[in-house]
Amino acid sequence: MSRDDVKPAPAQAATAAAAGGAAAEATPATPSRWARSDLARVLRSGQVRAGLIMTIIMVIFAIVGPFLAPRNPNDASGGPGPYNPPTDGFPLGTDNIGNDVLSRLLAGGIHLAWMAPASAFTAVLLGAVVGVVAAYYGGVVDMLLMRLMDVLLAFPLVVFIILFVSMVGPKPWLLVVLVVIGMVPGVARVLRGAALPLKEREYVLWATAAGIPARRIMLREYLPNIWSPLMVELGMRLMWSIGALASISYLGYGIQAPDFDWGTMIEESRNGLQTQPWAVLVPVLVIVLFTIGSNIMAEGAARVVARTEKDR
Amino acid sequence: MAYVEVKHLSVAIGDGSLIVDDVSLELEAGQVLGVVGESGSGKSTLALAMLAYARRGAQITGGQVLVGGIDMLQLTGRPLRLARNGTVAYVPQDPATALNPKLSIKRQISEVLTEPLSQRPPIVAAALASVGLPTKPEFLRRRPGALSGGQQQRVALAMAIAPGPGLLVLDEPTTGLDVTTQARVLELVAKLCRERQMAAIYISHDLAVVADVADKIAVMYGGQFVEIGTAEQVTTAPRHPYSRALIDAVPSVRRRLRLGAIPGRAAGLMPQRQGCVFYERCTLAQERCGVDDIGVQLMPDGAQVRCVLTSEPPAAPRVIVDEADPAAGASESALLVKNLAAGYSHHRVLHDVSLTVGPGECVALVGESGSGKTTLARCLIGLHPRQAGEVLVFGDELAPLARQRTAEQRRDIQYIFQNPYASLNPRRTVGDSIAVAVKFLGGASGPAVQAEVAAALERVELPAALAQRYPAELSGGQRQRAAIARALVCHPKVLLCDEVTSALDVSVQASVIELLRGLLEEGLSMLFVTHNLAVVRSIAHRATVLEKGRIVESAPVERLFAAPEHPYTQELLANTLELAAAAGQ
Amino acid sequence: MTELTLAPVDAPGAEPGADARGKRLGPWARRLGSLVAQAVVTLLLVSALVFFATQALPGDVARLILGKTATPERLAVLREQLGLDRPVLVQYWDWLSGVLRGDFGESLANHEPVTSLIGERLVNSLSLALAAMVIIIPVSLLVGVVAATHRDSWFDKAFLGLSMVINALPDFIIGTLLIALFATNVTHLLPPVSIIPVGDTPWQHLTAMILPVATLATSGVFYLGRLVRASFIDVTNSEYVEMATLKGLSRRVITYRHALPNALAAAIPAASLVAAFTIGGVVVVEYVFNYPGIGMLLVESLGNQNLPVIQALVLIVAVSYFFFNRLADAFERR
Repeated sequence: MSRDDVKPAPAQAATAAAAGGAAAEATPATPSRWARSDLARVLRSGQVRAGLIMTIIMVIFAIVGPFLAPRNPNDASGGPGPYNPPTDGFPLGTDNIGNDVLSRLLAGGIHLAWMAPASAFTAVLLGAVVGVVAAYYGGVVDMLLMRLMDVLLAFPLVVFIILFVSMVGPKPWLLVVLVVIGMVPGVARVLRGAALPLKEREYVLWATAAGIPARRIMLREYLPNIWSPLMVELGMRLMWSIGALASISYLGYGIQAPDFDWGTMIEESRNGLQTQPWAVLVPVLVIVLFTIGSNIMAEGAARVVARTEKDR
Repeated sequence: MAYVEVKHLSVAIGDGSLIVDDVSLELEAGQVLGVVGESGSGKSTLALAMLAYARRGAQITGGQVLVGGIDMLQLTGRPLRLARNGTVAYVPQDPATALNPKLSIKRQISEVLTEPLSQRPPIVAAALASVGLPTKPEFLRRRPGALSGGQQQRVALAMAIAPGPGLLVLDEPTTGLDVTTQARVLELVAKLCRERQMAAIYISHDLAVVADVADKIAVMYGGQFVEIGTAEQVTTAPRHPYSRALIDAVPSVRRRLRLGAIPGRAAGLMPQRQGCVFYERCTLAQERCGVDDIGVQLMPDGAQVRCVLTSEPPAAPRVIVDEADPAAGASESALLVKNLAAGYSHHRVLHDVSLTVGPGECVALVGESGSGKTTLARCLIGLHPRQAGEVLVFGDELAPLARQRTAEQRRDIQYIFQNPYASLNPRRTVGDSIAVAVKFLGGASGPAVQAEVAAALERVELPAALAQRYPAELSGGQRQRAAIARALVCHPKVLLCDEVTSALDVSVQASVIELLRGLLEEGLSMLFVTHNLAVVRSIAHRATVLEKGRIVESAPVERLFAAPEHPYTQELLANTLELAAAAGQ
Repeated sequence: MTELTLAPVDAPGAEPGADARGKRLGPWARRLGSLVAQAVVTLLLVSALVFFATQALPGDVARLILGKTATPERLAVLREQLGLDRPVLVQYWDWLSGVLRGDFGESLANHEPVTSLIGERLVNSLSLALAAMVIIIPVSLLVGVVAATHRDSWFDKAFLGLSMVINALPDFIIGTLLIALFATNVTHLLPPVSIIPVGDTPWQHLTAMILPVATLATSGVFYLGRLVRASFIDVTNSEYVEMATLKGLSRRVITYRHALPNALAAAIPAASLVAAFTIGGVVVVEYVFNYPGIGMLLVESLGNQNLPVIQALVLIVAVSYFFFNRLADAFERR
């Protein structure tokens, strides 16, 4: 029992103010349920909005880019040759075999733009299912699921992906599947940790004693209470999947020539860093903007969560 | 001049709201002042302000704290540090979190001393001895985690008295301790103050505790001392309407009293406050009370009251409730537990527990923490597996686990939890939480659901509009009522109440108890699990005492309280503080 | 006032045998025993996954290695050489028993024993990881504690802002930027590729190590420093630190005696986690700098399908990654 006299700052002051209204039954000023939900709370944060906007801009840039490319990104003919610094018609110069860097930059984000969000969403969804199921059932189910997760956790993400890609062959869907499999264990552990204390919460005990079906308890009692860590995970995993996919391309195990993406661009031209830095630094910049956007989002969400936890 | 003099002390938070508002007091060496208040009254903030300390977000905005003629609030730097460990010492509410888990007891006590290192061990030993702890080196090397709750509190006391302070500030030091341990700690505090001629300020939410230990009592509400007087005067002839209401809410172990709830809700923090802090809830309030600045009135006997009423009407005598057991002579049991055993694989928590609750009867299950009372309640509701025994509701045998029971059986027996802050899902509205119970157990569907929800809220005296609120927007008492409403929509035959009032303030406790009494009168049967004997006396017809998982005594309450047979019951009863007894009546 | 009775909602009488064992051995030995047993089972599964990914997944391994144009005779020779004509489980068992004896087989490229092929590379990689950790741990402690004790100062804000950026960068990008800054475009202080001749230790070629180590250290320091800062702030907000203030202790004593040991205890699992991340990072960073370690070797071997080498390297990386993850867990639970 902690009777804390100082803390009742914003939350309690607000409810105390509303208390007068409660007695009078009519409470017209109560904000809508949506406005009071966790998701709305997170989306109201300026930092989350900034990160979200930044991420969305990068996704749009990557999707629209291919249509805006001034030249054929895979055709060096008619150009000034490899590693040429910016000139007229080639505002960012050319790369290691003389392709237009600007055109490649515009055309090279499309894979990342769908693969990273797809793998992050899927991984968080599956991870949430595994984590909540493990926490809810406990015992043998928990043990088996988490040991299985441990096996997958024993591989650094990039090593795990390049191992399987080199054995099966580089296909975009396989990359997504591997990123998902590689990230699910981490998500599952975090969300299991968030769900575990709920098991002993009185409202869950009540639901169990009332005989409410397991699936409904997980969906209606657990899920609303782990939305916040779930959103933080989503931001983090988006950042990591962008990083992992770019790293894989950089190592040469991602999208294969003649197709390419920002990661392969860095790898291809890295030996020309001295003579034509634009060919490397510009794709670096767009990857960085993409990951930073998702990190700002994740950290903003984490802040909101920390703040609301304190109020409870 | 008194040894401790506090003059017009105020503490405010950022927006200017006062948490401690114009508090003054005087205290002689060797005297104990008890400060009693409910949650949010500002009593912990006051305790910290005595050491010239305010938590993050709060600030001491004015006044003086004179101890031995020196104003604590004027000190800074080294003199302040020396005054904190030498002149005014603090004993925290929860030593389990206030003692550093990584440092030995010896280190934590000796670091408050200013003597050279070589001279410290005997002082540490003396401090430990005077709080009744061992002084062996093995004990000194222990870390707080290796001690019991009572021992930790004694270590905190030893730490406070070791440098020989003139004033001891104790912030709810016995909250969370068993009654027996609490009684010993209180005795110790009184003895230390007497022997060392220390002044003490003892802060608590429990009037009986304060009355037991204090010479003078201050009643705190909304950051102000609304009344301050001798212990006897405040407990027997309180003058301020709030003090009176508070005392009317306190249950007694001697008689079954109707408990007086205080209407409304504790004063919130507001930057600009006008009139009396208690105005909105005061039954005697006049128009000017809401407008005028209420000053302190000095009474002829030296007491001080912050109220405009000088000639108070005589206090109404408290109502004694009829104790007749409605189940007396009934042939059937609402709830029958036969030879129940339960626990974990490695140790058994409950041994051969049998008890019965008659129709319309309230049976109290009394036990301290660790007695197994919560495990028993969970066995009954089907949350904890049992190892042996039977549970019957009106002759219908229940399977051990909830999921093995029929919907009807799950409906028949409903559970209300100890912690009102977690009994409702924080991410769903109160109405939603109750509606789920209606749909799954209440048997209603469609538009009838909302009607049932509204009816249940009305039955627990909550406005229907609260259905749209989230639990965080409700007070503790309102949440507990909502939890009761959720149980009621299932139309149960037996209600299990597990320490339902232990997290609530005494005035809120009173209202919840009276609500449950109303339900009993409507014919509901109840098993009331608690550690608080005064609450037992207030509502139960019979009581069953559980000690270490075994039932040691079971009797009608009049008999049990008048002539307890088992030594454990006798000890419990002897250590339970009674407000009237404490005040020397 | 709460009773510490955790109701096992769904598991009546869980672990009956474990209890009797625990009483004889003591809880500490029992926990260690179960941790080791779990680790052994997990690592067996990890090894199986590595083996089947490389030997069973690609279908015809021999054709994968030799390419589509290989003659049937050459395929048959290779199959026999690799033991591919035997049941998979037998192959796994042979491989695993070899691994347990320290024999990872022969490289397909030059028939050198994998163990000797890896040996020197492993030393190079370990040197890299070790040097990075030696920098990461003290620096992030210092930075984290200073940021926490000077909360909201310019230093704290700069640290937080910078860490938001750096933590978002994949290791290969940090490496590339460091090359641009120190080895090519801006300055030429350091070599852009790490050349360490065979037979030499990396410590004889310190300039070759600086950039790879700096890459790992940068990402580690900002990650761990953030966690140290957070745990220090948590500890500063604890009741025992408030109590230390109320006891009249000096700021120095409060920071170093009361807060720091508790904050460190909270930061140790994070440090183990960073060690695990560093192992993962080594693979990519070595590729960026052409650093002759196991990461570079792994990328090369994957390129030319040198299965025994791949198996050995992935297993080594996985076991050490797993070890530090587990260590983090073990500290976390204490």
